[in-house]
Amino acid sequence: MYGKNAYNAMPKKRDSSATGRRSTLRILGTACLATCQSHGEPLLLRFVRRHCPFVVHSPQFQFLQRFSRRPAPGSAARSAFGMSHSVTPRERIVITGVGLTSPIGNSLSEFRESLLAGRSGVVVRETRYIGEVLAGVCNFDELRYQKRKEVRRGTRAGSISVYCANEAIRDSGLNWGEVPKDRVGVYLGITEHGNVETENEIFEISKFNYDTSVWSHHHNPRTVANNPAGEVTLSLGITGPHYTLGAACAAGNIGFIQGMQQLWLGDVDLAIVGGVSESIHTFGIFASFKSQGALATHPEPAKASRPFDKARNGIVVAEGGGICTLERLSDAQRRGAKIYGEIVGYAINSDASDFVLPYAKRQAECMRQALRRAKLSPCDIDILNTHATATEQGDIGECQAVREVFGECSNLAVNNTKSFIGHAMGAAGALELLGNIPGFQDGYAHATINLDDPDPACDCGAPQIVANQARQMGQVNYILNNSFGMLGINSVLIVRRFEP
Amino acid sequence: MQPEEIRQVLLDILARIVPDEDLSTLRDDVAFREQIELDSMDFLDIVMELRKQYRVQIPEEDYPNLATMGGAVTYLVPLMKDVKAPA
Repeated sequence: MYGKNAYNAMPKKRDSSATGRRSTLRILGTACLATCQSHGEPLLLRFVRRHCPFVVHSPQFQFLQRFSRRPAPGSAARSAFGMSHSVTPRERIVITGVGLTSPIGNSLSEFRESLLAGRSGVVVRETRYIGEVLAGVCNFDELRYQKRKEVRRGTRAGSISVYCANEAIRDSGLNWGEVPKDRVGVYLGITEHGNVETENEIFEISKFNYDTSVWSHHHNPRTVANNPAGEVTLSLGITGPHYTLGAACAAGNIGFIQGMQQLWLGDVDLAIVGGVSESIHTFGIFASFKSQGALATHPEPAKASRPFDKARNGIVVAEGGGICTLERLSDAQRRGAKIYGEIVGYAINSDASDFVLPYAKRQAECMRQALRRAKLSPCDIDILNTHATATEQGDIGECQAVREVFGECSNLAVNNTKSFIGHAMGAAGALELLGNIPGFQDGYAHATINLDDPDPACDCGAPQIVANQARQMGQVNYILNNSFGMLGINSVLIVRRFEP
Repeated sequence: MQPEEIRQVLLDILARIVPDEDLSTLRDDVAFREQIELDSMDFLDIVMELRKQYRVQIPEEDYPNLATMGGAVTYLVPLMKDVKAPA
């Protein structure tokens, strides 16, 4: 119970009136804590500390005290930035800036325009050892935010991250010079990292009869798992926490979830979140999918990525990045930020069933959990963006899960972004969410292209897959984004149209 | 390889390592680090490129000899006397 340590420090002999007074104070202290929980009020905390010592060792008091600390004296920049350090555990979290690179656009507006126009970004690409493969390739200006030396020293995932993060900061309208950099965190989802750099080094030493003395001293800093997020901190001078989240192809969503949770915890005031991938630069990912019988082939590259279509024959691997600024609503409103949407629901769970095969039951559970957290019923969702990668079992499994949860929701639009850009791996969840976010303004659900002959096994029930042409929805209020990955990791995000 | 050829080899390596720097005014008697942005990882790149391209092995205790262009050329002349200049 409350104040166990304080309790032990009290004299053992106590009269009944003291016990009664302490009991009253305990009730009063608990009430104060409840009030603090609602308002994060430091004055009340001080009152509790002074008059109700029995509760100061309680987890609730320590939790609130941690979040109610005042800014350091003389912290002018912090004041100018106007971010609060006092949060309640479930303060509303909003998206305030977007930066991305995809095979069909290097900004949200370009990306959205291509999605609504039905433009594919899949091309033929020469890959070491394998030869020609189909891939989603990005073409952004690496030198916009990096020097040539930085590009050479770093990684492709790092350059993607630096580009997207800088674009997001610029888009957010934050006065970056005024932002306290120790209150910013970087949380990026990755499917894998280091394969590209390791393959490059092995290829390099193969030209020297595998003499390891020519193995690059850059290998370790390039391949450490935090590299993409770390390059962002180097670029932007961020001194708060940074790390990546390895979560297979569910990682993009998980970057958002991690950032949201860190904002809730009060660990940071600004979270730079999302997902990135450089996977098209490793031959291994193509070779492995090919050996698995899951690599797409098609004489016309633009038609290769075809989720839910009978003629689908596997995954098109893509590179890319989608990074956002997340803020507490109170902070965003204080500075008059543009708000793209509010994250209202999320869930992560595990299949615990197979290394690679999906498990519809757990996917459905994940979607239901996100709905519960958002306090929504399935038919409240307007757009459901699927994870489907155009594999036989993956597509069918996800449709089964969607049918189980949303089977009665005839107004739900089900779409798929991979049909345009391929599977951007760690970036997939982020890019697919961001590709749909403009729907809050323009009312469209973008299409699933290449859906010429729908597989009957990919029936979602009453909801219809938006096939080949974008659908005008009227008002879009809620978007649900699925991202699933190997080893059975599922992630779901629900974003709401912003209403103050 | 002659001293002037070795100097050119080093300039070519530096152009790849620090592509944003202007090397046209590089002085031979002043430390690289005082003239261009060159950190320890960049310095190791010079050593690595000499090893890869010309199979020149430079022991760590000799690294101070590479601090300036003049010192590096003097140090490398005996090591690269039988190495052909790049075409």
